Amino acid sequence: MDLFIAIFTGTIIAATPLIFAALGELVVEKSGVLNLGIEGMMLMGAALAFWAVTAGFSMPVAILAGALAGAAASLLFGVLALTFLTNQYAAGLALAIFGSGVSAFLGRGFGSDPIEALHRVNIPYLSDLPVIGPLLFRFDPMVYLALLMFGAISWFLYRTKAGLVLRTIGESPQTSHAIGYPVIRIRYMAVLFGGAMAGLAGAYLSVAYTPLWVENMTAGKGWIALALVVFATWRPLRILLGAWLFGGMTILQLQGQALGLNVPSELLSALPYLATIVVLVLISRNRQMLALHFPASLAKPFRPAN
Amino acid sequence: MHFRIEQRPEPSAPMRVAAPVLATALTVIVGSIFFASLGHDPLATLYAFFIEPLSSMNGLSEWLLKASPLILIACGLAIGFRANVWNIGAEGQFTMGAIAASGVGLFWPNPESALLLPLMFVAGMGAGMAWAAIPAFLRARMNTNEILVTLMMTYIATLFLSYLVHGPWRDPAGFNYPQTALLPTAAMLQSFDPAYRLNSSIFITVVAVIAMWLFTDRSFLGYKMSVSGAAPLAARYAGFRESAAVWIGLLAGGAAAGIAGMAEAAGPLGQLSPQISPGYGFAAIIVAFIGRLNAFGIVIGGLLMSLLFLGGEGVQMTLGLPSALTRIFQGILLFFLLAADFFIFYRIRLVREKA
Repeated sequence: MDLFIAIFTGTIIAATPLIFAALGELVVEKSGVLNLGIEGMMLMGAALAFWAVTAGFSMPVAILAGALAGAAASLLFGVLALTFLTNQYAAGLALAIFGSGVSAFLGRGFGSDPIEALHRVNIPYLSDLPVIGPLLFRFDPMVYLALLMFGAISWFLYRTKAGLVLRTIGESPQTSHAIGYPVIRIRYMAVLFGGAMAGLAGAYLSVAYTPLWVENMTAGKGWIALALVVFATWRPLRILLGAWLFGGMTILQLQGQALGLNVPSELLSALPYLATIVVLVLISRNRQMLALHFPASLAKPFRPAN
Repeated sequence: MHFRIEQRPEPSAPMRVAAPVLATALTVIVGSIFFASLGHDPLATLYAFFIEPLSSMNGLSEWLLKASPLILIACGLAIGFRANVWNIGAEGQFTMGAIAASGVGLFWPNPESALLLPLMFVAGMGAGMAWAAIPAFLRARMNTNEILVTLMMTYIATLFLSYLVHGPWRDPAGFNYPQTALLPTAAMLQSFDPAYRLNSSIFITVVAVIAMWLFTDRSFLGYKMSVSGAAPLAARYAGFRESAAVWIGLLAGGAAAGIAGMAEAAGPLGQLSPQISPGYGFAAIIVAFIGRLNAFGIVIGGLLMSLLFLGGEGVQMTLGLPSALTRIFQGILLFFLLAADFFIFYRIRLVREKA
């Protein structure tokens, strides 16, 4: 039972940064923009949040700093992709490289000591329930925030007019522009939002998940988040499910190491990357399913004719 | 009065040349502001970064030594990029090339065989191609996004290398360091002059540049590749299948990266360790873009990028600045370069409002 609880809660926690980053990217891609720079934005968010904690700021401020760092980084991408009509693949890659450099540069003064991690909250009464309590009501606040964001983004995209406008822009910016919507401005807002979410994901890694600073500590989670959006065929609920699947993979790998399985630790560490490939293959074979919710103008630059 | 962005009737040829120069100049300016904000004399730092490395024979040798793999890999990648095939995993293909070549060098029964280096070359190239063939197969047959697969394959290659040097291939006499034994002499590319590290692998790069130029600018197949990138529908009408572009693009990148990995292991390093690449595979992506996916542009881009690596190492030693600076400069340079490209197609006009 204890092992089950450990695996279950570990899965939820490991999935949290993926949920933040992938949901943010979903909103960006739904607006028709492809930002490959998640890894860089996450690293900037992780570095800033970690720095804020060591500088003595409170935990909420530190996490906010991480989100702002991610948004600031995404603005660099936004200017290139939206104002300068750059190839979005190249602009995103530039951001990924730049973010890893900047975060390593900032992180050179952080030392190797862990910080005090974000506290878990024991929700009164509920957390004392047998079995259910430890399973559901003893997480840190960011875990609940991630679920809240899932609800909010699902509602926004499919139940509000603004969400409909955003999706229309992702399908056909020309039409949206002709009707009178500010395509570029809305895409900027989506890109900034996606950056803030990636920043939150990074902040979660450095102040809650592994509360210490390691260079390139995202270890490809930003790229896995990108893969999740494809895997989810641009649907929020599937992002949630996919993130839990990958979270579970990460935890099984750690548990496998702890249980002393007689396989090289590197093989276990490679599992999430292998799983990403396998899952991408399974989902990509079904072209119809991919096309169903695919934003038709994804990664195509748009400039309103003047 | 206000500024207005106008599309040029035709792409500006002068801007095509001026854009990279402008981007480099802006990178230098931002860099000096950055150095000044850190409390270093910007001029002295820029001198240490960009000029000092080139002021000695050793510096020049190191410059070419680092430019060589960057140019080689970028040539391979650019063939794919031209056809919109995004191989982002050259770092992994480089790693697999280095592993395969070192494996042959370390375990071939006759360590003095004259065949050793050619065999290592073939092994490195083959391993790089094999590692790229997986995403090529998945993209061509299963429609799987090659960006994500090549990246995931890079993480897997890095873990495989880590497994080998920590486990079965670890040098028992290596004081427990995660590294293999040194390659035998016959498995090493000899340097031109024992005082410097530059070796004959640079000729491989020269051949690659010429081969790439012939392919992209002089062959019908290369032409079809470019068409399939610029106008996929037109290419399909002309009977050129997308999957052909995927295979050619990815295998070219994998072969080049694998050869570069072989040359690095058999050249300056002489053994495998977890740190076989200072990020050549990723930097080569930028080199390909700086070079506008053109063979001779890539040569210039590679020289520029290797100078960034060299300068980064230089200021790390002389001023104690961290090596992450190199990646920051690479990122900034690419940002400016991409932004500057805008002015090839657009111009900003000052418009007077009528009174």
